[in-house]
Amino acid sequence: MKKLWELYASFFRIGILTIGGGLAMLPMLKREVVDKYHWINEEEMMDIYAIGQCTPGIIAVNTATYIGYLQGGILGGTIATLGEVSPSLIIIILIASVLRQYMDNAVLLHAFAGIRIAVCAMMLDTVLLMIRKGVKNVLGVLLFFGALILATFTPVPLPVIVILAGAVGVIAFRLRKKEGGMKS
Amino acid sequence: MIYLTLFYEFFKIGLFAIGGGMATIPFLIDLSAKYGWYTTSEFANMVAISQSTPGPVGINMATYAGFQAAGIPGALIATFALVLPALVIIMLIAKFMQNFSDNPIVKAIFDGIRPTVAALILYAVLELSKISLLITTDSGYRPDFTSITICIILFILMEIPRLKKLHPLIWIAAGAVIGIVFKL
Repeated sequence: MKKLWELYASFFRIGILTIGGGLAMLPMLKREVVDKYHWINEEEMMDIYAIGQCTPGIIAVNTATYIGYLQGGILGGTIATLGEVSPSLIIIILIASVLRQYMDNAVLLHAFAGIRIAVCAMMLDTVLLMIRKGVKNVLGVLLFFGALILATFTPVPLPVIVILAGAVGVIAFRLRKKEGGMKS
Repeated sequence: MIYLTLFYEFFKIGLFAIGGGMATIPFLIDLSAKYGWYTTSEFANMVAISQSTPGPVGINMATYAGFQAAGIPGALIATFALVLPALVIIMLIAKFMQNFSDNPIVKAIFDGIRPTVAALILYAVLELSKISLLITTDSGYRPDFTSITICIILFILMEIPRLKKLHPLIWIAAGAVIGIVFKL
């Protein structure tokens, strides 16, 4: 029981101190799960984070689920996940309710018009980062433009595009393996 | 039944958005077109707020979108539906294949998906640019040169190595100030 509470409280703290997402959570995660509770060591933490990156869902939450599961089975994984998402639920519901009442304020409207431009720039920055990390060869370039064209100009649903991309990745891997096998 | 629809749509996002919170953005944009729970410009505001408040960005956005669609129950349902697929998948991985991210097939799938995620986020930027960088006219869209210039300048600033580590909050604040000063 104490363990479950520790899991909830620990991931609640990690959630609340992760602002802006992504790698921002790692120092906080390390402080809680490695330094304070010794649930895992730093190397295991990075492995788990890597798994969280290549599985569906939100990386921070996936990491919480994994560590919670290692500590307390299915219940532990669920409780850690709840801890990680609780701050968001509380804070966003509060902000959304308050903002609703002020959204006709002229200054706020100007501010948000400017913010929306900054969001565009920030997302372009993310695209560039992802291209640098993920587009490494001709196939990557083809996949990038193929997906962009399918999403922008056709009604193909986004999940289908993701599944197709995964399938292309596997087929390319098999072909490479076959080629490599014939050469050796 | 809006709650069931919310659950179904966010479960789908949780299953197909791979690579973290930003990967959910194209799906959330498509939802706005499909159901009209929020407008594209409301969505851009949601992205900014989600990046500047505590909690994983992906969870913040799901909570916000759910709240816009159906109040507090909507926020809870959207968030839980989003994390549910990963909860199950991560626990299965933790139990059966701890070296998941070293698996060659997993790597191959991910090699295919990574360029696609970058493309889908660029698709989302194009959708967002319709409300932040273009002006809607009777015959379609025309460019808003002030906004486009601001966006390009912000983007170039973000690519300067010394500014790269700045927190997203700084850029969002800059956007707000620009919006108020230029009365966007």
